[in-house]
Amino acid sequence: MAGGGDLVYFSSASGNTARFAARLGLRALRVPISPKDTMPAPARPYVLICPTFADGEGRGAVPKQVIHFLNDPDRRAGLRGVIATGNRNFGATYALAGRVISDKCNVPVLYRFELAGTDLDISRVLAGLNKFWGTECLTMA
Amino acid sequence: MKDHALRAPLRAINWNRLEDEKDLEVWNRLTVNFWLPEKVPLSNDVQSWATLRPAERELTIRVFTGLTLLDTVQNTIGAPSMMPDALTPHEEAVLSNISFMEAVHARSYSSIFSTLCLTKEVDEAFRWAEENPHLQAKARTIVEKYAAGADPLKRKIASVFLESFLFYSGFYLPMYWSSRAKLTNTADLIRLIIRDEAVHGYYIGYKYQRGLEKLGAEKQQELKDFAFSLIFDLYEIESRYTAELYDGIGLTEDVKAFLHYNANKALQNLGYEALFPPAACEVNPAILAALSPDSENHDFFSGSGSSYVIGKAVATEDEDWNF
Repeated sequence: MAGGGDLVYFSSASGNTARFAARLGLRALRVPISPKDTMPAPARPYVLICPTFADGEGRGAVPKQVIHFLNDPDRRAGLRGVIATGNRNFGATYALAGRVISDKCNVPVLYRFELAGTDLDISRVLAGLNKFWGTECLTMA
Repeated sequence: MKDHALRAPLRAINWNRLEDEKDLEVWNRLTVNFWLPEKVPLSNDVQSWATLRPAERELTIRVFTGLTLLDTVQNTIGAPSMMPDALTPHEEAVLSNISFMEAVHARSYSSIFSTLCLTKEVDEAFRWAEENPHLQAKARTIVEKYAAGADPLKRKIASVFLESFLFYSGFYLPMYWSSRAKLTNTADLIRLIIRDEAVHGYYIGYKYQRGLEKLGAEKQQELKDFAFSLIFDLYEIESRYTAELYDGIGLTEDVKAFLHYNANKALQNLGYEALFPPAACEVNPAILAALSPDSENHDFFSGSGSSYVIGKAVATEDEDWNF
């Protein structure tokens, strides 16, 4: 996705999303767990990878850190799409963070995967991002 | 050592002084998700139950009895055995919640039985559970790893495999019935159990990784080898258990894809890579849909790419979003 955009992700201490991001092998900025650490400032449009932490009613789906990151208008302006992670075992709230961010920020849910993702998820996301940034360039032109 | 232990002050748990934020996060998730079987209107399944053939009913009762055995093991042996290994007092408290919810799960199957089944059928299944070599072998393999003096991290590996892998040969069946519009209230109850087990497997796997990172490379490798060898042994037992239960209705291969998929997820909870290749994990889409009904199914990358659907309004925490 050279020339396309950045990736931003959040991963809690369990590290599932961080492991997925590392396996993608793309430049990726991490939203820190601790509020004391500096937030990344993506210079280009970006796709956000976000895990889901919803309770049974769907509350708390988006991690606080990601909400703080998106509350900043400059950072939010660069968001083009969201990839949501979760676990199907949570039923209707599977990867719910993607839908919440999509509704809130009016960007598409690009993809969903479980836990740290599979090899299939890696290849689909790489191919998807390539295509997506291609589409984005055309739209912007 | 013993003398010191006796003289050390007994310490009260302080939830306002956390050593690991994950403990409070998981405590909150588990307590908010608390439920009891009385919440589910199981009696609405009575008519549906009557449409099952006798062999299908026997299979269902046996599957639920097998699940009851694993919940009983986790309630009375597994979770309590991990409490002395806890790194923080809050972890011990979370484990006490896990232990109790396993008792609720075990109790739920009896609610299903008393609502739908004849006492004679149920008694027969409990006898079957005591005599079935594969069911006994899987429970025994796990219980051995929980034994006194066992390696605390090996206990966690065994626990994650029980919670995130061994239940799924059983969970498959209510998802299958639900996908055919049968026993849908029972499936709702099972989904509550599946949701709890997912948090348990995630949390214990997380604690495993925290323990593992303190060890040297050699010990880390030994534990990884142990984990892969154990899941392989358990898979062998599960394959035989699955064939014995599901050959009769021709679903063994379908269940096995579900087992592979869940074995990989169990390994991910421990921080490890997948064991089974994607081709072996192509779970029947009807089963996946039964697991997470109503969850938005369209996305940009795996669909045609032409459109996406923005979901219905969902519960957001609006006080946190300031735009």
